[in-house]
Amino acid sequence: MTSAPTNAASSQSNASGGGEDILVVTDLQKHFPIRRGLLQRKVGAVQAVDGMSFTVRKGETLSLVGESGCGKTTTGRMLTRLLEPTGGTILFEGRDITHISMGKMRPLRRDVQMIFQDPYGSLNPRHTVGTIVGAPFRLQNVKTEHSTKKTVQELLELVGLSPEHYNRYPHEFSGGQRQRIGIARALALKPKLIVADEPVSALDVSIQAQVINLLEDLQDELGLTYVTIAHDLSVVRHMSDRVAVMYLGKMVEIADRTPLYERPMHPYTVALMSAVPIPDTGRRTKRDRIRLEGDVPSPINPPSACRFHTRCWKAKEICSTIEPPLAELAPGHRVACHFPENLIDLPVPAVRADSPAAP
Amino acid sequence: MTTSPTLEGGDPAVRPGIGGFLQVKDLRVHFPTDDGVVKSVDGLSFNLELGETLGIVGESGSGKSVTSLSIMGLHPPGTAKISGQVLLKGDNLIGASREHIRKLRGKNMAMIFQDPLSAMHPYYTVGHQIIEAYRVHNNVSKQVARKHAIDMLGRVGIPQPGSRVDEYPHQFSGGMRQRAMIAMALSCDPELLIADEPTTALDVTVQAQILDLIRDLQQEFNSAVIIITHDLGVVAELADNILVMYAGRAAEYATAHEIFTAPQHPYTWGLLGSMPRLDRERAERLRPIPGTPPSLINVPTGCPFHPRCVYAELNGGACETDRPEFLEISPRHFLACHLSSQDRQRVWENDIKPML
Ligand SMILES: Nc1ncnc2c1ncn2[C@@H]1O[C@H](COP(=O)(O)OP(=O)(O)OP(=O)(O)O)[C@@H](O)[C@H]1O
Ligand SMILES: Nc1ncnc2c1ncn2[C@@H]1O[C@H](COP(=O)(O)OP(=O)(O)O)[C@@H](O)[C@H]1O
Ligand code: SF4
Ligand code: SF4
Ligand SMILES: [Mg+2]
Ligand SMILES: [Mg+2]
Repeated sequence: MTSAPTNAASSQSNASGGGEDILVVTDLQKHFPIRRGLLQRKVGAVQAVDGMSFTVRKGETLSLVGESGCGKTTTGRMLTRLLEPTGGTILFEGRDITHISMGKMRPLRRDVQMIFQDPYGSLNPRHTVGTIVGAPFRLQNVKTEHSTKKTVQELLELVGLSPEHYNRYPHEFSGGQRQRIGIARALALKPKLIVADEPVSALDVSIQAQVINLLEDLQDELGLTYVTIAHDLSVVRHMSDRVAVMYLGKMVEIADRTPLYERPMHPYTVALMSAVPIPDTGRRTKRDRIRLEGDVPSPINPPSACRFHTRCWKAKEICSTIEPPLAELAPGHRVACHFPENLIDLPVPAVRADSPAAP
Repeated sequence: MTTSPTLEGGDPAVRPGIGGFLQVKDLRVHFPTDDGVVKSVDGLSFNLELGETLGIVGESGSGKSVTSLSIMGLHPPGTAKISGQVLLKGDNLIGASREHIRKLRGKNMAMIFQDPLSAMHPYYTVGHQIIEAYRVHNNVSKQVARKHAIDMLGRVGIPQPGSRVDEYPHQFSGGMRQRAMIAMALSCDPELLIADEPTTALDVTVQAQILDLIRDLQQEFNSAVIIITHDLGVVAELADNILVMYAGRAAEYATAHEIFTAPQHPYTWGLLGSMPRLDRERAERLRPIPGTPPSLINVPTGCPFHPRCVYAELNGGACETDRPEFLEISPRHFLACHLSSQDRQRVWENDIKPML
């Protein structure tokens, strides 16, 4: 059954207006089989991503946030089709790329690029910067306007490195510079969409700011669309137009940046924000803290219905029996919770009655 | 008083911190390598009292971990050239016999690492490891030690400690391992606890739990705690005093409150200014510190921050040539910077304060 979630994805984009959708994701799923024994029989599955529906508008930055293991990277790898989804659909510029074959992947590889979290592991230490940044041209058989070398040197300048760095090796660079090399490589084929997986989390604060500014400048200059994956909520607020919060493979809340930060509605989002340490000693005692107990449960055996109910302070019986739908509780603000926060003056039942995908 | 605490034999009275529980004096830790000498820590001094929490912040490679490993005597023999003094209740640990330090470790001082797996043995149960650590320093039966281990696991918030005590580290989640390591570190009630990036590998909701735990245990045991981190939010939650390190040296030391409300060092300004903050209006653009962290083999001359410092030219060339002394500029506020106090005040009031 995919009709209801399809409506969910498109009605959401209509409701919040804005530019055209570059990506429409519907009920996206990735289950990794767990195999045991000699015959490698399938004994279960890691439900890494389990039914995500959202859209990405041209030119915006959408961030995916959530705790380790909640499925952010897996989602990102499906959007760039480094992984094949086990369910759902991904439309890129209206074209279904969910199960596109290797042969037809080539044009997609040019349009959609990924930046990786680890600026150390993602660059081949035996290749020069020139070889690394020029690789996409060779792999894609792309003829450049001038020589590849000249084009690569222009890319290096674009990301704030020097053209003289062409013949040097990754180990000669700092973490921030290596991340710039990774960004230059991602930009080589003039992509439309970039999925950036924790692009700054391995970097020191002072360097983080440099790379964030660079990503913003490039977006303005080249009209890029970003899906960024991050766990640092302060960085996410700075970088994003919209934010999607994930918990255990599900999207629990999605909204424009300001309403999400000022009036988070899902209890998990509220807890996540309350847990961020604030660099202000005056706040130490004053803050109303919400402390969650325990760790994130295993995605092999996720809790029933609302997956957050084992840690949620508002949970009632219904939370473990009926899964709350991702309902639009304010324009462009969708939340999956039976007892949302910050709802004060909204006509709750009316909005929720016509919400799609009722269980 | 302006005696330089950075010089060999400098006046020990003039050092950040008040008291005499832990005194670090002109600590230098150098590693000879094929590429040259890595000066990981180069003339660091501070004091720490019982009941006090000191936060050490600085970017990656600034010498935070090397400092803590030196205090704990954990550098493998022959790897590092260490000079200066680390006095624990007057007892100098630098140059002391390994046997002596091993006795102090566990009983008088303990450490929590970023990666709990590296500190725990994969083939022994969590309980076994706590029991052994406890019995090295306490002459008690296995039963008594086991009861103590279960007690400690319960205290750090491990559910069903009576049965989880017999599980192996890999059966614990990341947050539980970190708790178990804290239980192990605290099992002998150490007076000094060093936590090196104790929450960096953890998720934010679990991090909040661990920070609460460290705070509660510290208050209960009245121990001296050093918390090392690159996250200014984390030190703001825990520390009484903060030491800001840059390139193996102290840049600034003050109460946590002053570091956040009236910082004086250009590097501290840069750190506070470059991070996006949830408790502020969202800025359209971040203000990074220019340049990159220094090499510790070829540390910049003079003030090591000068290649990245926008105020370096205000000081008539001193920043490039003379190492700034680490001086007490107001009671219990120490600073290593050539800026005159007038310039500093002016820059702080006009350029920095309105932006933070
Ligand atoms: N055994 C060693 N041999 C050579 N250099 C070393 C050794 N141990 C540490 N260093 C160097 O000393 C410097 C300081 O290291 P340290 O681990 O203290 O940094 P840190 O501030 O804790 O960094 P991070 O936040 O990345 O852990 C680094 O340049 C490091 O490479
Ligand atoms: N190839 C794989 N095989 C089995 N499990 C996987 C695989 N890749 C990821 N997972 C699991 O899927 C879940 C989500 O992973 P991931 O998307 O990498 O999380 P994160 O949000 O931290 O990036 C985790 O529980 C992870 O262990
Ligand atoms: S549905 Fe229930 S358990 Fe889930 S977040 Fe809402 S209140 Fe909590
Ligand atoms: S001493 Fe000079 S270079 Fe160093 S921080 Fe002060 S002004 Fe900047
Ligand atoms: Mg990930
Ligand atoms: Mg370290």
